[in-house]
This record gives sequence, C-alpha cells and structure tokens, in this order.
Amino acid sequence: MNLPGTPYRLMVETRRTNPGWAGVVSSILGVVLALIVGGFVLKAAGAAPISTYQEIFKEGFGTPADWQAGVVALFTNTDCPKGLICFGPLSDTLVKASPILLTGLACIVAFRMRLWNIGADGQMFMGAWAATGVAVFLLPKSTNPVIMLGAMGLAGVLSGLIYGAIPGYLRARLNINEIITTLMLNYVAYNWLEYFVIVGPWSRGDFESTGNFPPSATWPRLTQFAKAIPIFSGLTAHPGILLGVAAAIILAWLLFRSRWGYEIRVIGNNPKAARYAGINVSRNIILVMALSGALAGLAGMNEVAALRVLNGRFARGFGFTGVIVAWLARLNPLAAILVAFLFGGLLVGTQLIQPQGISSMLQGVILFVVVGTEVMFRYRFRLERVAPAVSIAAEVAK
Amino acid sequence: MTAGALIALAITILFGSLVSGTPLLLATVGEIVSERSGVLNLGIEGMMLMGAMGGFVVWTNTGSLPLGLLVGSVLGGVLALLHAFVTITLRADQVVSGLAVTFLGTGLSSILGGAYVGKQSPQPTPIFLPLVDRVALEQIIIIVLGLLVAGAAWYYVNRTRPGLNLRSVGEYPAAADALGINVYRTRYAYVVFGGLLSGLGGAAMSLITDPGWVDGKTSGLGWIAVGLVIFASWDPLRGMAVSYFFGLLRRLPLDLQNPALPFISTANNPSLGRLMGMLPYLATIFILILGSREALRRRLGAPAALGLPYVRGERGA
Repeated sequence: MNLPGTPYRLMVETRRTNPGWAGVVSSILGVVLALIVGGFVLKAAGAAPISTYQEIFKEGFGTPADWQAGVVALFTNTDCPKGLICFGPLSDTLVKASPILLTGLACIVAFRMRLWNIGADGQMFMGAWAATGVAVFLLPKSTNPVIMLGAMGLAGVLSGLIYGAIPGYLRARLNINEIITTLMLNYVAYNWLEYFVIVGPWSRGDFESTGNFPPSATWPRLTQFAKAIPIFSGLTAHPGILLGVAAAIILAWLLFRSRWGYEIRVIGNNPKAARYAGINVSRNIILVMALSGALAGLAGMNEVAALRVLNGRFARGFGFTGVIVAWLARLNPLAAILVAFLFGGLLVGTQLIQPQGISSMLQGVILFVVVGTEVMFRYRFRLERVAPAVSIAAEVAK
Repeated sequence: MTAGALIALAITILFGSLVSGTPLLLATVGEIVSERSGVLNLGIEGMMLMGAMGGFVVWTNTGSLPLGLLVGSVLGGVLALLHAFVTITLRADQVVSGLAVTFLGTGLSSILGGAYVGKQSPQPTPIFLPLVDRVALEQIIIIVLGLLVAGAAWYYVNRTRPGLNLRSVGEYPAAADALGINVYRTRYAYVVFGGLLSGLGGAAMSLITDPGWVDGKTSGLGWIAVGLVIFASWDPLRGMAVSYFFGLLRRLPLDLQNPALPFISTANNPSLGRLMGMLPYLATIFILILGSREALRRRLGAPAALGLPYVRGERGA
C-alpha cells in the first residue's frame, strides 16, 4: 500500500512463526487497553477512573510507604507502625491468588490440548465439597493436621478429577462438545453444594453452613507466628500459594520436558498428525481433562482450608478467572504465577469498590484485546522506500 | 384436588413453559443463524445479560416496554458486532472471543445495572383465558413473537435464496466467494442478527417472562442455548421444540411448590426443590448424549466451516 505524500509504502507480510516477544507484548497491551476501556466504562457509570484505579491498586497491593515500613519492621522485629497497613494487602492478595493460580493451571493444561474446560468452577466446588466432607464429617477433630490436610487434599483432587474426567470421557467417546458439558456441570455443582450446606444433611439448622472446621483442618496462617515475628500479626497468608507454585513448576516440567507433555502439545497443535504418529488421542483427552479437574479440585480444597467453613456463599467465578489467567499467561504455567498474583490483587482491590463487576468487566476486555492483538503478530509491518517517480522523470529529461 | 383442578394446573404449567422457554428460543434461533454462517458465538450468555440489563434500565427510566425490548436487543447486537470484528476481520479464535463476550457482558451488565438491582419490575397486564391462571397480555405477545421468529428463520434458511447463500457461506465459504457472495459481509450480518435475537431474549426475560433485574439474571440460560443448537441440529423448528421443553424444566421447581399437588409438592421438602434446580443442566448433558448418537446415525452435523476463519485466497474449507 502506497502512503500518499511520502516516498514510502507499507508492506504487510505474513510471518511463518510468531516472534517470541509477541506474547508478552500482546499480554501487556491487553492489560493496558483494558484499563483504558475500563476507564471509559467507569466514567459512564459515574465513577472517577484514575482514583478508582489508584484505590484498587492500594487495596490490592499497598503503597510503597507500606512496603518500606513493613521491611523495616521485619528487620527490627517490631510491629507495623500505626496508620500503615504494611504487608496486609499483599497477604490478602496471596490468599486470593492461590485458588486463581490453581484454576489457571487447570485451564492451561486443558487449553494446551485445545480442550476448552470452562468447568474449573464446578470442579473446584466439588473439590471443596469433598474436602469439607473429610474434614468435618469423616475424620475426627483430633487428627494430626498433616494427615488431615493431606486427606482433604486427596479428597479434593479425586473428586475434581472424576468431575473433570466425565466431560473428558463424553468428548473422547461420543464427541460431545466439552464446553457445554463442563459449563452445565458448573451449575450442577453449585446446586449440589448448596443442597448440602443450605437445606441438606450438612446444614446446621438455620445457619446454612457446616460450622467451623476443626483447627487441624485449616491452613496455618502467618498471624499465628506473630509472637515471634510481630509484623506477621493479622496476616492471613497461608501455604496454599506454595502449593500453587509447586503445581506450576511440576506442570511446566510435565508440559515441556516429559514425553506426555510433548504428546499433549502435539495433539493441541495438530490432532491429525498426532493420530498418524501413533498418539492415542482419546485416551489423552480423558487424562488431560482428569488432570485439569484435579488441579481445580485442589483449588477447592485450598479455598475451604483457608475459609475454615463451607457455606452457601462459597465464591463462584474462580474457574472463569482461571480461563483468563491461562490466556494472559500464554498457556505457560510459570507465567501463570505472576498473572495469578496480579489477578489476586485485582480481586482484593475491587472487593470493596463500587460499582461491582469492575473485575469481571476488566477481565472480559483483557481477554478480547489479547485475542484480538494476537492476530496482529501473524503479520509483519514494514515501511519500504519507493523510488520517487519525479526524479526518474528528471533523469530522463536530462 | 379434583380432576378438573389438576387439568387446569397442567394447562397452566404448559403455558408457563411456553413463557419461560421463549427467551431461550430467541437466543437459540439467533445462535443457529450465526452458526449456519460459520461463526460460533459462545457469548450468548453475555449478550442476553446485556439485553436483560439494558431492557430493564430503559423500562425503568421511560416506562416503555417496546423501547426496553428494542434497546436490549441492540445491546446484544453491539456485543455480537465486537465478536464479529474480532473473529471475522481479525480472524481470532472464535471460542476464546466468545468467552470474552460472555465475560464482558457479565461484567458490564453488573456495573451498569448495579443501581437497578431489586427495583420494581413491570406489572403485567392480566387477561382472562379459560382454564389458565395468571396470563398476561405481554406473555402472549412474546410467545407469538418467538413462534414467528422461529418459523420465519426456518423458512428463510431453508427456502429462500439469501438463506441458501447463508448456508453456503457456512458450509463452503471459498465456493460461495467464487459465486460472488461476500463472505465477510454475510457473516457479519448474521452474527449481528444472532446478537440482536439474544439481546431480545434477555430483555424479554427481565421485562416479561421473569420480570426484574439481578446480577447474573440469566443463570446459564445462554449456555443452555448453545447446547440446544447442537441438539436441534441447527434447525430452528427443532430448536423451538427443545426450547419449550427446557422452559418446562426451568419452571418445574416453581410449579411444584404448589402445596395442593399430590405426592410431588416441594413445599414441605426444600431439599427436593434444590435438587430439581439441577434438572435443566443435567438434561442438557443428557440431551447432548442422545443427540450425539442421533447425529452419528443421521449423519447430520455442524456447518462444515463452523469455527474456521475465512481468508480470501488461502486454501482451506
């Protein structure tokens, strides 16, 4: 395309491979554009965009003054100075980030094979349900915390695994679209859990709740060590985030270093080629959906062990945030750690802020922009100098 | 309970399922048309939510029901236009873009409708029919509209020249292009049309069939519509049948609260009501299982180019 008035023309060429930086750039672009678009929406809804964003950041991560005071307090072994919140927001963000990271990983492993598991939410609910059953109704209160938490984790993983394998089986054997089945199973799981804790066998009278978990069935929190390290006082951060990080590292190894991960990626890129290469596609569909469900189920266990109670207000939506985390992390488990942390901050920061729904809207815009701009990187744009026609005419005239 | 009362109750329930199935029908027909052109739009849930929110907000401020339906419909169309741009022009993945539509619609409707949650909803105009309880004029109108839309869509897709063009674009866009049909323009048009219908379905829900606005009003109905399209094998008339069936399932927990019912009343058994809430979703999965068998048997499948972006001059479907 010639650019009128300049001696250049714009060349658009198709790239054979995506450049390595494309993913990072489009993810960052996605977030920035989402903030701009979100700003307009906030303005339309009657809120001041800049100060709302500042508030979200402050609530979700704290301010530099808070961090500085926190570090000083940590080294001088004193409490956080009055008027500051030090590591409070960061700690809350880590708490939120752990289920997001696990559901994000659940989506990553499925999406790598182009299996659209949108049901991490339901699988998480089932994980939370099973872990609660173990903690409150199966094992005695006095069980050793390590055994208790381990059994809860196992129950969560297993129930998520089964709940994920069902749509996997339907897809592999009957070719039933897994998007629909996983989504429908979400609503089944919501009703299932609500039946148990609101009207069913687990509700205690009118409380619509299982009652508090025994201490052995809850994550230890930083605040329990406040006697030794005063700055930890009031911090709710728990080992769940470490569980998520460990899962991310294992998943990265599995996807990029193991034979199974190689098969998953081949199927995701070209199922036909995978079949010709002798890879059992149906079996892998079921296995990957089971693994995906297991990770989401673990997220559910992790969340109830942090909440210390299961009631009708168990939060929906982590599974959907996982979809966006997976996409924004370009299906890379290690990048998901960072993205999950940022989204944890977004969720914590928007919790108390009006209007509600900011985080869901921002997530939608981010996903749009990331998907939309990704395509741009399939092309290379380049300016090429065109020999000016006038000068040739002048040459001839000479 | 006398036999006459039971019959009256049965008729009331049947009429109720037509009412509660109509938003689903509108969305399903919209999605069928969109998918027939080769574009999968998983954003129905988001478009319906925007329609429901927009319709309710406009009605609250103007008191005009037709204007509410119109604005709700347009909002659905706008979201669909965004999906069309991202998937047709930018050729992005239709699955992910559709998910983005749903997220966006959910979030936007929640933000913009936040001040309207629990506000007073439209009062229906009661009319009296023999045997049927609680019938409103608006309900009759929206049912007839749904029937007309489904019938017209069937005729248009299967019996007219533009309908043939629509199908050809979804089955074999390169051939359609060679015949002089503008693939991009055709797809844009039907994706947006599908969005208009989804938005209308959402607005019909918040204004007529389930009056009122709350966050996440449609509670997965848009996703059920996506599933029904598959079971209806992309045929608007079959879509009609399954939509009404799901309308029945959706309101069954409500109907069974009637304490006069023998045996199956949920009035004294809230657990049963909670479990009944799973029915529409389980039934969708069940119906897909049945449908997959039938699809294999009848060799009826999706439009061949469904989900594939069309690039002029490139080899492919």
